[in-house]
Amino acid sequence: MLERLKEFASEFFVTGDPLIYGADVAIGITMITIVAVLTYFKKWGWLWRNWLTTVDHKKIGIMYIIASIIMLFRGGVDALMMRLQLAMPNMDFLHPEHYNQVFTTHGTIMILFMAMPFMFGLFNVIVPLQIGARDVAFPFLNALSFWLFFLGAMLFNLSFVIGGSPDAGWLSYPPLSELSHSPGVGQNFYIWGIQISGIGSLATGINFLVTIIKMRAPGMKWMKMPMFTWSVFSTCIIILFAFPILTVTLALLFLDRFAGAHFFTLDLGGNPMMYINLIWMWGHPEVYIVVLPAFGVFSEIVSTFSRKKLFGYKSMVFAMLIISFLSFFTWAHHFFTMGSGADVNAFFAITTMLIAIPTGVKIFNWLFTMYRGRIRMATPMMWTLAFIPCFIVGGMTGVMLSVAPADFQFHNSYFLIAHFHQVLIGGVVFGYFAGLYYWWPKMFGFQLEEKLGKWAFWTWNIGFYVCFMPQYAVGLMGMTRRLSTYGWDTGWWELNFVSTIGAFLMGVGFLFQVAQIADGIRKYKSLKASADPWDGRTLEWSIPSPAPEYNFAITPRGDDVDEWWEEKERRAKGIYPPEQPLEPIHMPKNSAIPFVMSIFWFIAGFGFVFGWLWMAILGLAGVGICMIARSFSYDTDYYIPVDEIKRTEASLRGSV
Amino acid sequence: MAQAAAKHGENHAHGHDHGHHDPQELKVLGFWFFLISDVILFSVLFATFIVLRDNTAGGPVLSELIKMPGVIAETFILLTSSFTSGLAVLAMNQGKVKQLISWLAVTAVLGAGFIALEVTEFIELIHEGFSYTTSAASGAFFTLVGTHGLHVSLGLIWMIGLMLQLKKRGITDVTRGKINVISLYWHFLDVVWIFLLSIVYLMGVM
Ligand code: HEM
Ligand SMILES: [Cu+2]
Repeated sequence: MLERLKEFASEFFVTGDPLIYGADVAIGITMITIVAVLTYFKKWGWLWRNWLTTVDHKKIGIMYIIASIIMLFRGGVDALMMRLQLAMPNMDFLHPEHYNQVFTTHGTIMILFMAMPFMFGLFNVIVPLQIGARDVAFPFLNALSFWLFFLGAMLFNLSFVIGGSPDAGWLSYPPLSELSHSPGVGQNFYIWGIQISGIGSLATGINFLVTIIKMRAPGMKWMKMPMFTWSVFSTCIIILFAFPILTVTLALLFLDRFAGAHFFTLDLGGNPMMYINLIWMWGHPEVYIVVLPAFGVFSEIVSTFSRKKLFGYKSMVFAMLIISFLSFFTWAHHFFTMGSGADVNAFFAITTMLIAIPTGVKIFNWLFTMYRGRIRMATPMMWTLAFIPCFIVGGMTGVMLSVAPADFQFHNSYFLIAHFHQVLIGGVVFGYFAGLYYWWPKMFGFQLEEKLGKWAFWTWNIGFYVCFMPQYAVGLMGMTRRLSTYGWDTGWWELNFVSTIGAFLMGVGFLFQVAQIADGIRKYKSLKASADPWDGRTLEWSIPSPAPEYNFAITPRGDDVDEWWEEKERRAKGIYPPEQPLEPIHMPKNSAIPFVMSIFWFIAGFGFVFGWLWMAILGLAGVGICMIARSFSYDTDYYIPVDEIKRTEASLRGSV
Repeated sequence: MAQAAAKHGENHAHGHDHGHHDPQELKVLGFWFFLISDVILFSVLFATFIVLRDNTAGGPVLSELIKMPGVIAETFILLTSSFTSGLAVLAMNQGKVKQLISWLAVTAVLGAGFIALEVTEFIELIHEGFSYTTSAASGAFFTLVGTHGLHVSLGLIWMIGLMLQLKKRGITDVTRGKINVISLYWHFLDVVWIFLLSIVYLMGVM
């Protein structure tokens, strides 16, 4: 018996690597600390009532962002490990199998568990406030989406210490990801981690589409909608069409591995190339999913910090909608070298280049907005300014990659790595940072001091160029991606060494940000933010910081894109809106079901990962019971009485 | 009459404050979006089936095994159930709870009959040597048709749950919304089946 247990444990827990022992210890210590702290300060009830069961979109948004920053840390450590390994020729820090696992988890985590939740966090915090709504359309579903994402991400991360990490790349091409080539459980962790969180993403997409279509403040016509909300709308359309493709693709791969099907296998009629087509039909739109909201953030920031209306509002909207449409017709540029023939390649080369046009339109509009504006250099604006040149370079190398014949040279080289990091970091990460700094006071009710933020800004940016510019060169010199080591004779080492220094500089930038936030939390009482700290233009700045749980005591109107700006101008002229009586506000009640149901999904996923059918069935049964319980519960909302609203408003607005 | 009842529901929901939206209306729109995503899901499965259907790897070929009478019966039953679910909604709009529940029950029984026939068909195919793991083509077939079957089965459980709720609460704004949504779902499954019938079965035998 004991022998068998030992044998089981040695296969179940990943062992034999100091990094992993380190992780085991770290996980253990963190868990114990969390439990101890919560118990000592008697915070369990608080945690349960205020966070685990909340359906408040603002709190859900904050939880998304916290989870995302933790994942940025994990993915960043992966990145630094890879860069360390590549700093010098013949390094012996990560062995090839381990290197494969690290680039796979890095890519997967950064895109699916860092960028996506960061984006959803911003959606959640801001969209209802910008459109003057009290909530999202389906608050319960919203909480469920978050917990599905969170437990999916946890399941994926668990692979590091239990069973082994996936190692077939962030898109898991077969046959590498098939049972024949990846017999371990790592690939199953990949499939189920993404699958569970993917359901949540699809639900969020639907939720925000309905919210934006149906819940805008009176007067807010389509062409009066703030730009960030427009970007969320176009993103959600892409999500709605792209995520089901991912769901099916992963399900088919799982059926191959688990049920002996032959969709993508090399034998019995399977077709691996079909997987590659399918995954990129999701994968390419996915990169626009993460970048469009960043464009929305930039639009808000540029106009606020230039104190001007956004230039070319309509063209911005159309550019965004065109991008979301075109994003579905470019996927084959990821495998020009596959041999689909000149006609097919030409088609996809042209569609790819076409996307540069609306993107260019947007960049010019931002520049024209700044032109003759009274620009203020606060951190959100600095990140926005840094984004512009970065994205122009990234866009140009992208157009180079889209030239099909040239791509035969660039394909899978470090040139590509440099390109996509340039757009993903310069476009997406910088954009979300800008958004986080911009809306920070609205989320937490205090301002961050900018000094450390500026240090963070400069180290990130300098580090970025030092890290990725050499990679273009080393890519043209023939260095291919997913390479775990190289020799002295290649002539690549100086460039690689510089690149590694840049990567660590970005790591320092991250530490500055952590320090800035920690410092802010320590001093938050003295940093209290006003309702409108940046002299903003849209409705979220008309309510107190942090926003009360019901958002707007009185439903606002949205007759103009810059409604709050116009309102301030009117007030300066002495024109005040007529007093409106407060009314009781209808709110959704907290619910434990989203959290519990996601735990059951986690259990089911874990069962599937290890092929323990009893556990999978148990988990799915739990999911079913939760759904039925929800369907049978009718007591799901309540009213906030008027005097409570009065009290809250008075305390939040202080003397103002 | 039906119109009036619906109007009343709306007025009621709007009674309290202006920032508040009719939750049933939101749900129906959300459900339409869900259906769009489901359309995409089925499209991908259809595409997979079309790409792989001739990849039998020397094994049995579906078109030689299909028994059309069974498929016609399935079609007939499912179409009828879609019709009876429509009758259920009609009964609801006239405010007749008992009739509503009975029509839902008929719909559910028909749905269960459909599933039973489908399962029998699957078992026969497996006996003929056309099983899930035989070839890419067989896997694609079972996955596509099975996903539809799974949708129908989940719809059945959901429908039974709704019948219990109707018994307890009668026709209210909330239950009315739920019934509207499930009837939408049921019609949708019908449409998907028509595509299955044409692409998988009819084009297979022709
Ligand atoms: C913070 C600085 C970052 C550094 C230093 C870095 C570094 C790296 C390195 C060394 C690789 C492996 C290249 C190879 O051997 O093929 C890689 C791959 C990748 N990175 Fe990053 N990365 C960073 C940030 C990001 C971000 C923010 C994202 C996405 C939002 C991202 C997405 C990816 C993806 C998708 C891959 C491909 C993984 C694969 O080949 O399967 N990275 N990165
Ligand atoms: Cu692409």
